[in-house]
Amino acid sequence: MSDVTTAEAHLDPDLLHGKGRSLWADARRRFLGNKAAVASLLILALVALFALFGQFLTPWSNAEIDWNLLGAIPQEGGPDLETRHYFGVDETGRDLYARVVQGTRISLAVGIVGALISVVVGTAYGAVAGYVGGKTDNAMMRFVDLMMSIPYMFVLILLLVIFSRSIIMLFVGIGLISWLDMARIARGQTLSIRNTEYVEAARAIGVSTPMIIRRHIVPNLIGVVIVYATLLVPQMIIFESFISFLGLGVQEPATSWGALINQGAANLRNGTPWMLGFPLAFFVVSLFALFFLGDGLRDALDPKDR
Amino acid sequence: MTSFILRRLAVAIPTLLALIVFSFLLMEFSPGSPFATERGIPPAVMANLEAKYGLDRSLIERMGIYVWNIVSGFDFGPSFSFSNRSVNDIIAQGFPVTLTYGFWSFVVAVLVGVTLGAFAAIRHNSVLDYAAVGVTVGAQVLPNFVMAPILVLVFTLWLGWLPGGGWQGGQIEYIILPVIALSTSYMASIARITRSSMLETLNAGFVRTARAKGLPMRRVILRHALKPAMLPVVSYLGPAFVGMITGSVVIDVFFSTGGIGQFFVNSALSRDYSVILGITILFGALTIFFNLLVDVAYAWIDPKIRY
Repeated sequence: MSDVTTAEAHLDPDLLHGKGRSLWADARRRFLGNKAAVASLLILALVALFALFGQFLTPWSNAEIDWNLLGAIPQEGGPDLETRHYFGVDETGRDLYARVVQGTRISLAVGIVGALISVVVGTAYGAVAGYVGGKTDNAMMRFVDLMMSIPYMFVLILLLVIFSRSIIMLFVGIGLISWLDMARIARGQTLSIRNTEYVEAARAIGVSTPMIIRRHIVPNLIGVVIVYATLLVPQMIIFESFISFLGLGVQEPATSWGALINQGAANLRNGTPWMLGFPLAFFVVSLFALFFLGDGLRDALDPKDR
Repeated sequence: MTSFILRRLAVAIPTLLALIVFSFLLMEFSPGSPFATERGIPPAVMANLEAKYGLDRSLIERMGIYVWNIVSGFDFGPSFSFSNRSVNDIIAQGFPVTLTYGFWSFVVAVLVGVTLGAFAAIRHNSVLDYAAVGVTVGAQVLPNFVMAPILVLVFTLWLGWLPGGGWQGGQIEYIILPVIALSTSYMASIARITRSSMLETLNAGFVRTARAKGLPMRRVILRHALKPAMLPVVSYLGPAFVGMITGSVVIDVFFSTGGIGQFFVNSALSRDYSVILGITILFGALTIFFNLLVDVAYAWIDPKIRY
């Protein structure tokens, strides 16, 4: 990757004529040069379109039962364009296509919400701890260490059991931990930013601490934060899928990739392989794309880290 | 070293106590009673039940008793839904199963991961390296709950080589699939970490010196490169352990091993709070203890750390 960009830089007409390029223009160039990352972005766009508009292509809803197929699902419930069950039906005769649309929505939403919470809370927390430093920093990071040393999944399941298993509780639970890693990363980055000349200059002319954090620290964290947020999305999706796989996450008729994979796996021996195949394909392909996208963004935005 | 361990213990023990108290309070604030049924229970019976399980005492008293029983005798109290069985009985029944395949998963993940990563780094840019990178990238999207059904589909339903569930006292063929399903993604992460840190180490000055003085490559790697290259791996062992403990729940449920995770999920579905609480605390204690071990190991390996 780096060889390509440097080779290109020599030939770049803008550079030859002495015109500067912004950090973001540079990043965009590097990103667009990474074929795997661009392809991943396209795939993810398709998955997102599928989640948003896929429901319009089918007459079936995710909760409706096709009574014609009940009792003969292994023989007749497979993918079939004629009955308009594009992905077949599940063990109770519900349209799998509509269910995958629904599951994709929830899984993507969980990933995005988790990442957003981590961006907002984690960045703020890490920037404050790193910039203020001293005892405050010590106490704040100790708390993060403490939270991270707990087997969180069990506590979350405890929370889900006690406060009813709703999607909102799931979001709250995921939000409670998703920011921990981000806080560490943001703090590490802040530690190096706080010693730069421009921060020193800002301090010298009497800019207040909250203002320095907002105006100078946070904008310079954005590159790293975007990269890790992208890598967090698949982690959050895996996290939610894990809970839903155990039947402790989203509740029927709502579903998610994890819940669908679970149902497919539970019916492995019943001759309905499409029930596992379609959700699994969506899960694996989207996660692959997310990881490659994250890698591409890291190469583009954070060229030091190699 | 002793003072370092003591100081780490001074953090670990309050963490554990905080976890116990926090989980206990959560359980207290849960709505409904574990004895509530649809038909309703006569008040007299309810009072007797509450007296039997100690629910008629004050919150502080109950918490004190609960914590004291755990600290003094690892006694997690009775189960609410299995009458005549204590949480300890359930743990005693399920834990050995989970421990058996969990132990092997950990060993496999570390041994295979380190070997694969180290060889990939030593033969940098060879076919082996590319294959290793391919495997580790692929395994990222195959967490345990994805691996388990795929493995059963291939090895049980298509090839018919291995049983797709059960335990049978831990015979080897019942252990293989759970171990592969649980260890794959961690093996991949360990391989990736080992590869990148080994590559860095092999380019370091002291490795060049060792080679310049004529040591054979084998000795350079085993005596000089391997130890510093292991540091990032050691610090990953903590998160890997947490991940495997958590993943064991999926394995127990999917393969019906009768392990502790099966009890955990069943209790979560039937709101058997004391069992959930006991298992959460047990796994919390294991995690905290393991993190302590990792820290000590890290301090022992890394000469730069002062304690």
